[in-house]
Amino acid sequence: MNNNYYFINTIRFVLLALIQVLVFNKLNFFGFINPMVYILFLYWYPIKENRAAFIGVSFFLGFVVDFFSDTMALNAAATGTIAYLRPAIMRFVFGVNYEFQSFRLSNTTKAQQITFLALLVIVHHMIFFSLEIFSFANLLLILKKIVATTGATLLLCLLFGSLFSVNKE
Amino acid sequence: MQQIINLVIKYKTTLLYLLLLLISLGFTIQSHSYHHSKFFNSANWISGGIFSMSTSVSSYFDLNEENKSLLEENERLRRLLLNTPTPNELSIDTTAINYTIQTARAIKNAYAGPRNYITIDKGKKQGVTQDMGVITSLGILGIVENTSNNYATVQSILNTRSSINAKLKNTAHFGSLKWNEKQYNVVQLEEIPRLVNLKIGDTIVTGGSSSIFPENIPIGVIQKFDLTTTKNFYNIDIKLFNDMTNIKNVYIISNINQEEIRELEEATKNEQ
Repeated sequence: MNNNYYFINTIRFVLLALIQVLVFNKLNFFGFINPMVYILFLYWYPIKENRAAFIGVSFFLGFVVDFFSDTMALNAAATGTIAYLRPAIMRFVFGVNYEFQSFRLSNTTKAQQITFLALLVIVHHMIFFSLEIFSFANLLLILKKIVATTGATLLLCLLFGSLFSVNKE
Repeated sequence: MQQIINLVIKYKTTLLYLLLLLISLGFTIQSHSYHHSKFFNSANWISGGIFSMSTSVSSYFDLNEENKSLLEENERLRRLLLNTPTPNELSIDTTAINYTIQTARAIKNAYAGPRNYITIDKGKKQGVTQDMGVITSLGILGIVENTSNNYATVQSILNTRSSINAKLKNTAHFGSLKWNEKQYNVVQLEEIPRLVNLKIGDTIVTGGSSSIFPENIPIGVIQKFDLTTTKNFYNIDIKLFNDMTNIKNVYIISNINQEEIRELEEATKNEQ
């Protein structure tokens, strides 16, 4: 059981990183929209895992993506932040019952799942694009990129989510 | 002491997060200077290898198109060659050569962010070093920034840190080429004085006063221009000849005299 967890998450890590850098970083919808589907890793990651390890792994995933896209540590900073904030977001979306032993992501309503994913994506993109552009003179450009990319990422993540849904046991 | 340790244990995730955030911000802010990290870029064997693998597959899809553009370039060069009065014997004096050129293939291209880099499949082993110029058959592309054994990253002209010497074709009015990160096919030329007579459609080429690019490499045409708020200089938008979204085969130019020029400039700077 435990081994299986590690195995699945390692495969996910590698596949999502590869898909991100080889497919989605080259999309450039309208010249600038590159959806970041690797956020799904944080959405799918087991809930009752060691938090420190989770933050470390997420940071590393962001770093791997950075490595390939010459963005220094932008993805790492944004991904680490949402990994850190994930329990707070989950408490906000699912209420206190997410701390119960029987809680499963697949048992929650569709609206809750989408809100959870959307919050992860929005926070990630806000941090990513603010750091990437790093100037208040271009506030409009930052906003444009956040809104457009959030939409694209959310749409693709939902599609992927329904394609490879966590098996309902 | 006990309390400090307890505190650390209590807030260990927060502390870990803050540490990681600090590291990543450190990298990011450091990268805002001219040369970004030597180590964390896509010109290493892992990412270079994966990118070149993916390129070797995807390059088959547009072989036709690529062939056509190479033929067009050959045609242009042939025309030049046939119409230039040649001396009786074609001898090349090797001491008179200033620039050497070699081909490479772009294995990764980016143009959506504010600091874009292109990765090419030639590196140190093939003699590529920092500050060599990179062009395509249509025009200028960027400058080599980091190299590994087999790969190199190129700072694209679509990079807010890029600054390239450029001038109006057939004149000596030069300025520096920047990018305002708005559109991927438009760059800006700054510091052209207002007394210059500009027209929309004028060609912009590289200037001779950089040791990286030879003179007269095409860049683009003037799309729009107006005066800056101080009314002394023009703000010029240039539409690039290059399609920055579609970069396949590139040429790396190296100036043989670059080191000498660099040394001389350094010496002059030190004397001041």
